[in-house]
Amino acid sequence: MLSADPASPAWSWDLVGDFRLMWSYPFMVNAFRAGAIVAVVSAVVGWFVVLRRQTFAAHTVSTVAFPGAAGAVLLGVGAVYGYFTLCVAAALVIAVLRGGGDREESALTGTVQAFLLACGFLFIALYKGLLGGPQAILFGTFLGITAHQVSVLLGVSVVVLAVLALIGRPLLFSSVDPQVAAGRGVPVRALSVVFLVLLGAATAEAGQITGTLLVFALMVIPAATARTVTARPAASLALAVLLACAATWLGLVAAYYSPYPLGFFVTSFAFAGYLLALGLRALHGLLGRTRVPLPAEEAAR
Amino acid sequence: MTFLSAGSPLSQPFFQHALLAGTSIAVACGLVGCFLVLRAQVFSADALSHVAFTGAMAALALGYDLRLGLFTGTIAIALLFGTLGREARPDDVVIGSVFSWILGLGAFLITLYTTSRSTTDGSAGVSVLFGSVFGISSAHTATAALLAGGICLVMLLIARPLLFTTVDEAVAAARGVPVRLLGHGFLAVAGAAAAEATQAVGSLLLLGLLAAPAGAAIRLTDRPYRALALSAGLAVLEMWAGLFASYAIPKMPPSFAVMAAATAVYAATFLVRRPTTRPRVGTAPPVGA
Repeated sequence: MLSADPASPAWSWDLVGDFRLMWSYPFMVNAFRAGAIVAVVSAVVGWFVVLRRQTFAAHTVSTVAFPGAAGAVLLGVGAVYGYFTLCVAAALVIAVLRGGGDREESALTGTVQAFLLACGFLFIALYKGLLGGPQAILFGTFLGITAHQVSVLLGVSVVVLAVLALIGRPLLFSSVDPQVAAGRGVPVRALSVVFLVLLGAATAEAGQITGTLLVFALMVIPAATARTVTARPAASLALAVLLACAATWLGLVAAYYSPYPLGFFVTSFAFAGYLLALGLRALHGLLGRTRVPLPAEEAAR
Repeated sequence: MTFLSAGSPLSQPFFQHALLAGTSIAVACGLVGCFLVLRAQVFSADALSHVAFTGAMAALALGYDLRLGLFTGTIAIALLFGTLGREARPDDVVIGSVFSWILGLGAFLITLYTTSRSTTDGSAGVSVLFGSVFGISSAHTATAALLAGGICLVMLLIARPLLFTTVDEAVAAARGVPVRLLGHGFLAVAGAAAAEATQAVGSLLLLGLLAAPAGAAIRLTDRPYRALALSAGLAVLEMWAGLFASYAIPKMPPSFAVMAAATAVYAATFLVRRPTTRPRVGTAPPVGA
């Protein structure tokens, strides 16, 4: 974690110089690249999560990256494999066992999440040698991202985005109205399984940067913000990607200049945007109401 | 092995404390969890569990008692969730956005705590996240047991109207049941239960204690009161199994053992043939009994 540094670099208001200095470190350049990739994929997947109201499943899939990473460390294999194996496996478990209605599903999802997190704790307890405890896995670190990791991230995200582009239209249809979509012959259930697997891959990828507890923020908040601003699908998707990228990069800059973790800044910037959007909408509604009273209100008076 | 060594741990004070606190917390969580599952509000509990972490870290960073932060944080956020949603049933996306930011705040506070108070133990964050039931002191045990008793009492008092509201909100409101007040009250009680459970199994794992016994109970029976009792009973048994197993195998953390027991019971209910939910003509024959 960055807090181990004795002194953080100072911000000097010379923007060009600051950025040149920051980008003279290869790890910062890699962090910015990885941050952009992760932000784009999380925002696109998260937009569908918000549309499909699958926030609980998304949160569960994202938290199980923690036991994945811890287990991989315990077994001595690369953490990347642990992330992908467990996230996709949890997505499959939820996708296969669900279908018993709303209550059943939420109890199942909660149990899967708690059990896998407990497994992660067991792995940590057995391994004992993890430097700095589990907090780097849980809350993220952007130090030491290698060029190889960036290329792996890029490869995975290209695959995820390609599959999403392929199934985008039917997925949108089945998310908005599953019954009509099923009636029109769209394979709703298969699409839902594929989507959960994509969600697993995306969270496994993002979890390596933001930490497994905070992936969820990068998925849900930009998408929720975009959907409060505009109701048109294409526009809100683009806006979500833009917001996620902005939050990640601003977070990286802030984390570089301060001793506090990246996850805090990314979530805070994203949440500030959300509050701003909600405030603007409320203001808009208020102004609209005072300016033009509806005929019905007039009549009621 | 567990059975053979089961005689000796009861003479250890730390085990007695863990057993007393664990049992009372398990009963409270079983009762609250049952309604959480019935009302499909498990995601709210998930959010509250993460809020518990931030609350505890805030209290530690500011130098207060950890439990003060736990209870204040969870109950305040639970009431906030109540006001955010229609009829005290908050929207999932709003909950997600709020609690993921609060979790980020927790990450900030844990860094603040570990860097500014370097002499205090650095593992406080881990013990809040994953619990340390064997480290609970006798004074803390008494408070935990009393609070858990209070939660159980409140749950039993509001069980009937709450069940009515859960099953049919509109009819309950028409019959004069204070639906909104009950929704808020229940969320506040759920927050208190989350804060309690954090002391036993940790904020990341308490969801298992809330969801797994309740989910199992609801799979086993369709009758709400029976489910309520079964959920509390299962939670207590799972807590005991976890504590004894963890005592027998010291390498296994107690939180993991409790979660493993809870998950095993829940998974076992998938093997039992599910009672039919389809309404049948005439009297339904007992299935799976």
